[in-house]
This record gives sequence, C-alpha cells and structure tokens, in this order.
Amino acid sequence: MKKKLTFAAALLAASVLGGMANAKQLVYCSEASPAGFDPSPWSGGNDFDASSRTIYSRLVEFEHGKTTITPGLAESWTVSDDGLEYTFKLRPGVKFQTTDYFTPTRDLNADDVIFSFERQWKKENPWYSYLEGTGWEYFTGMGFPDLLKEIVKVDDLTVKFVLNKPEVAFLPDLGMDFASIVSKEYADQLDKAGTRQQFTQKPVGTGPFQFVDYQVDAVIRYAAWDGYYGGRQKIDDLIFAITTDPAVRAQKLKAGECDIMSYPAPADIAGLQADPNLKVDEQEGLNIGYMAYNTTQPPFDKVEVRKALNMAVNKQAILDAVYQGAGQAAINPIPPTMWSYNKEIKDDLYDPDAAKKMLTDAGVTDLSMKIWAMPVSRPYNPNAQRVAELIQADYAKIGVKAEIVSYEWTEYRERGKAKDRDGAFQLGWTGDNGDPDNFLFLLGCDAIGQSNYAIWCNQEFEALLQKGKATTDVAERTKIYEEAQVVFKREAPWLTIAHSKVFMPMNKKVTGFVMDPLGIHRFDGVDVTE
Amino acid sequence: MLRYLLHKLALIVPTVFGISLAAFAFVRLLPGDPITALAGERGVSPERYAELVERFGYNRPYVVQYLEYIGRVLTGDFGISLATKRPVLGEFQALFPATLELATIALIIAVLIGIPAGIFAAVKRGSWFDQATMGVALTGYSMPIFWWGLLLIIFFSGYLGWTPVSGRIGLQYFFKPTTGFMLIDSLISGKSGAFRSAASHLVLPAIVLATIPLAVIARQTRSAMLEVLGEDYVRTARAKGLAPRRVIGLHAFRNALIPVVTTIGLQVGTLMAGAILTETIFSWPGIGKWMIDAIAKRDYVVVQSGLLIIALIVMAVNLIVDVLYAVINPRIRVQ
Repeated sequence: MKKKLTFAAALLAASVLGGMANAKQLVYCSEASPAGFDPSPWSGGNDFDASSRTIYSRLVEFEHGKTTITPGLAESWTVSDDGLEYTFKLRPGVKFQTTDYFTPTRDLNADDVIFSFERQWKKENPWYSYLEGTGWEYFTGMGFPDLLKEIVKVDDLTVKFVLNKPEVAFLPDLGMDFASIVSKEYADQLDKAGTRQQFTQKPVGTGPFQFVDYQVDAVIRYAAWDGYYGGRQKIDDLIFAITTDPAVRAQKLKAGECDIMSYPAPADIAGLQADPNLKVDEQEGLNIGYMAYNTTQPPFDKVEVRKALNMAVNKQAILDAVYQGAGQAAINPIPPTMWSYNKEIKDDLYDPDAAKKMLTDAGVTDLSMKIWAMPVSRPYNPNAQRVAELIQADYAKIGVKAEIVSYEWTEYRERGKAKDRDGAFQLGWTGDNGDPDNFLFLLGCDAIGQSNYAIWCNQEFEALLQKGKATTDVAERTKIYEEAQVVFKREAPWLTIAHSKVFMPMNKKVTGFVMDPLGIHRFDGVDVTE
Repeated sequence: MLRYLLHKLALIVPTVFGISLAAFAFVRLLPGDPITALAGERGVSPERYAELVERFGYNRPYVVQYLEYIGRVLTGDFGISLATKRPVLGEFQALFPATLELATIALIIAVLIGIPAGIFAAVKRGSWFDQATMGVALTGYSMPIFWWGLLLIIFFSGYLGWTPVSGRIGLQYFFKPTTGFMLIDSLISGKSGAFRSAASHLVLPAIVLATIPLAVIARQTRSAMLEVLGEDYVRTARAKGLAPRRVIGLHAFRNALIPVVTTIGLQVGTLMAGAILTETIFSWPGIGKWMIDAIAKRDYVVVQSGLLIIALIVMAVNLIVDVLYAVINPRIRVQ
C-alpha cells in the first residue's frame, strides 16, 4: 500500500514538474497598470512596456540595449538627397498575431503602415477620435503633424514618407513606441462589428508576444507569438504582476513571486544585491537631473551670477548623500553615453570663495532666492528635497539665502513654467530615442513655456540646434552638438546635477535580459533556466 | 415601518446632491489638471493645452459643467475615464468585487474578534485582560496602515514565508472571473489549490484592513456593555439568581447592541477609506487603488463619479443599519 502511494506521489510530481517544464514562464513585477494596449495614445513607460514593446513592432527598431537603429518591419530604406523622402521596403511575410478574437487573412503591408500614422494625424480619419478625448500626444509632441507632408503607398511592400522639412531624428523617431505598426485589417473588422473600443482592449500586433488576458490593475498575460518574424521566444508565458509599491515589488522578488522587477527603491538595492538568489543589473541612465535658473529675471539674467551659483554647489556631496553612489556628476546637458557628448568640457570648479567673489564682482550682495524641489522621486533625481537642502547649505556659505519651495507634482511643473518664476527650478529628463536633439531641444527657444524651464533663448545655441536638425551627416552633427554644449556650459542656464544609474533586480535564473538605455523593459530574447 | 423607511430615503436625496457637488468641487480644487497630468514631463504647448481644454469642455462655467455632469449621472451615465478611455461604471463594476470581498472579510474579522473582546473586557473590567485588550485596541487604532501592512509583509511573507506578498491569487491559476469574488470564483473554477491560494492571499490585507474597525468595535462594545451592566434591570436579573452567562448574553448584550451596530455601520466608511491604502500596499485590484491612481492623474471623471458611487454604497449600508435598529428596538420607529 505504502509503495503504491509513493508511486502515485512520484507520478503526480512528475506530471506537475513535466507541466512546468513544458511552459516556461517569466513573471515581471511591473510598476503600474497600463492605460490601454494601443501603443500610440498614451505616453507612460509602463504603457509602452505592456503594449508596444511586447505586442507590436516598428519599421525600425533600437538595437537591443543601445540607441542605434536597426531594421525592423522595414528590411531596408533609402533617404533622398534633400532629406525629404524616406522610402521603406517592408519585410515580406510578416504575420499579425492570430488570437481567439482575430484571424488575419493577409501579411503586413503598406496599408497597415499608412493606417498606423494617419489615424494619429488626420482628423478626418474615423480612428482619429475612436477614444474620447485622445490627443495622440506623443505623435503631436514629436512634431509629426507639421513634419509629415504625405505617406504614399508605392506598392504593397514599399511605403514612402514625404516630409515638409529635413528632420535627422526622423528614423530614431520611427523606432519610438507611438510609431508602432497596427493592423488595418483588424481595425476594419472592428469597424464592421461596431466595436472600435476593442482595439485598445484586445490588441493585435506583429511583436514577440501576443496578448492573452488582462485583469484590470492586477495581471497581464501574454504568450509567445509563434509567427514572430524575429523567431519564437524561449519563454512561453510572460506575465506582468502589477505591483505599485517598490518595497512590495522587492519583497515579491525575494519571495520568488516574480522573476524580475522594475524601479527598485534606492533603499532596497543593497538588500537585493545581498540576496544569494538574485542579481542586480545596473546601467548608466540616459538621463539628466538639473536645476534651471530663470534667465529672464535679475540677477539670474547675468551669466556671472549663474556661474557663481554653479561653482558654489558641492556636487560630490549630493552624489554621496542622495544618489548614494548610483550616479555621476553631470557636466553637459546630455549624458556621457550619448554620441556627440563633448568630453573636452570641464565642469565648473567647486570653489565657494571664488563664487562669493564672482557674486560681489557682479554687484550682487544679500541675494535671497528660491530653490524649487520636486515632490516626487524620479529616476534622474531620487530626492529633490534633499538635493535642495544641500544646495541651500552650499549657498549659505557664499552668503546667499535660499528658501526651498515645493508643490504638488502637476502644479509644480505648471508653476515652473511661469515667465516671472522666482528662483532655480529642479527637474530632469530621460531620453526617448537616443538622439542628442532629444535632450538639447529642452533648451530651444520653441520649448519656452513647455520644457525650457530656464526660459533661455540663446541665438547662438538655437542656430546650432536648428543646424543640427537639418544635417544628416553624423560626423558633422557631432561637431555641431559639441559646439552647442560649449555654448551651454559658457552660458550656464542650468546647474547640471547628475546622471543617475538605473537598476534592474532579477532572479539569477533569468538570462538574456538586456537593460535598455531608453528605460524600456523588453522581454524578447529573455530565457529562464531551471 | 414604511413611513420610517420613506423618511430615511427622503433624507438621502439632498445628501446625494451634496456629495455630488462636493466630489465635483473637490477634484477641481486640487492643484493641476488632467491635461497637464497626462502630458507628463514632456509638457504641452499653450496652443495644444487650449485646444484640449476646449475639447474636454473645461473652459465652460463650473455651473454648466456640473449641471451637465449631474444630468448624465441621473441617466446612469457616469462618464468615460480621461486616462483609460473606458466607462467609469464598467471599471467600477470590474474592480468593486475585489474591494467588497476584502472589506467583507475584514469586517467579519473585526466583528468576530472585536465584540467578544469588548464584552470580555467589560465583564472583567480593570483586569489585566481588560487593560491589555484596550491597550492593543488603542495601538491598532493609531497604527498607520501603510507601515503596518509593510511590517506584516516583511515578517509573514518575507521572513516566515507563510503568506504570499501581494495579489489576489497565485499566478499559476488562470480562469475568467465569474462573480469577481476570488474565493467564490476559485471554487467554481474547480482547480485544485485555487481556493486555498485565494484565501491565503486574503489573510494579510484583511488583517490590515480589519485592524482599525476591530479596535473601534472592541472599545465601543466595552463601553456600551459597561453602561448596561450598571443598569438596575441587570442588577435585578443577577439578584434573581440568573446564570451570569444568561445575564450578560441576554439582558446586557442585547441592550448594548444598538450603539455597537451603529459603530459597525459606520465602519463601512472606514473600510472604504482604509481600502485605499491597503489595496495600494497589497496590489489589490480594487476601487481604493483605482481612486488613488485617478487622483494622481487628475482624472476628474473617475474621481467625481467614483466618489459618488462609493458614497451611494455607504449611504445604502447606513440605511440598512437604520432599518436594523428599528428591528432591534421598535421604539426607534416611533421616534
């Protein structure tokens, strides 16, 4: 009897283990619920992770872990000499996912590409307003409505984009999430059925994973898409366990309830690194934390004053106390991992005495000002309040009285844009597409009232910015941007604080995960070893 | 009884309007707005901002916006979420069972432990048990939910490994929800181990959510019992030689029940408020977490409609409690 029971138990265990071995599963503890699964209307990183990077593909892709462009759904392309026409040759035989709610009858073609962009662009397109109040903010924010002249179907597998003006960042832009290619055939099917809303709830793409199920605010399930043009994935099931609190995500990872997690709290990193079952990958973030002076308001309209204030700040103390070793001092407005970073530029020397003298020479005495501190932790600045306190103490040493102000997050950004804003404003930026222009535009004259919190419009810098946008040759662009960084450093509209490191803790059994400089979480190529 | 019920219902109508107005005003009083919140750090140009304000109708007078909103609500249309573009009522219906399940279990725990603890503390007034119970109750009442939840997770899930960290059920169990109540759905699914998994996921969040109501109920039961135990009729019952258990259970407790039932009814509001933090810590996909996300995104439609729906539910529960009074104590109907 006992032998029989042992045999039965062994059989059960074998079948369970066998079942487990058949389906390889990766659980990712993600930080927030996606607003939807259409890759284009939303702009959150968590929205992109859950839709565009798992379910969809684009004409061009960022090389895994890099910011260089590689062929995606387009196997090749040509650019006209004037930089106004981009002709893409589509990869033949690309399959849209077959699900229980959609069975494609044809492969990807030029109609899908045109539809993917026109629905975000042309107000007369019925899909432009299929979601109430959708503004297609990324498409608009990247300037596509003004940039695109027309998109032409040359033949089934050839599509031509005609631009109104040359735009060197056009290719990297097409690798961004909003430019994901959706199925026109699926859209037409939903149109006929009168169920357009389903487009964002039950997605269909050409990416490495297909959508299986979403339990709102709890779990998203995907399965490897057998017909993926890049080859079937090694893991069978990909699960996003939505866990908003970073401390709880860390606990789940330690308890084995998930295999990999996003955005650990700085305080948890040491504990995660010490766990024998876990490893913590790290990477220089493609970001910058800065403090922008209001260059239109006296005395910050004087370069000497801004320089003096920069020289008064002990950045190393900030790096030690706030970034806790997970960051490096920022010198330029772009991170050192980005091409065209000017290595020749030296940072303003930390010298309180010289700073004090410079202020006096500039005729500024008894300066009182405000330091703005963000109320939230961001990847580029984990604790703006603490940074503000350290700067406040540094300023006190040169006789500048600083008052720290903070507001609720949306209100903070809104008030920061005011032309008569008093004081220096902390904020930061994480790159979208690996192009230097994607950082330097923050200081462009057009960005005043939006993302140019220094309210700084320098004609020399602006001319270089515009020249860089209109130049296709990378070597030439590099020179232009290196020069722009010189102008930036000389004029000092910002105190460049730090570039932070980004951490990705995961179970040691996870292999093949590559950290992405753009902050994307991609699971193609990932495997789980038993 | 019918007159009493109608009287109570008549009181609800102005309350609903008051709450709808408060919810409408509250979300607009918050700094920021949905357009800026949704645009994120990239920002939105002044022209685009103006265009979107026009499209959403936020440039119209508040009175017009409110009247349009309330007009829609009266036809059962609670609007579309600005963030997810899904109907608010649909989202609420999908998420509410999770909150209701958690709150129900938490309330059961609070009542089953709180009432006996309160009775016993009153009967043994001044004893070590009384002092310990009331001390623990005070601690529980003062405990910040966020900290308490995290502490339990670290100890029971992290250190001892007895309970799962968060979620509603193990990820290996995948079935379409039938009722939305995981305990029931896991049973219906017929999958072995699913119910046990769902129950184990409920333990910590239910304890955390039950803590404050439990403390309040225990303290209220104790004080109500003490008052009743000093009444003449209790002394008479004792003098007649009735068994102490009968005196406490039948004569004292029944009469002490009215304020306790009131307190339990009022705890529904506390549970809804507590659910916001509990759900956030335990990644519990309920309406608490939903409201927090909506407030962060300045999703006016979800906040104003969500608050209204929750208020309607709390009022409905309080109405039921009022009716229960009348059943327990007929004099209330006359008053």
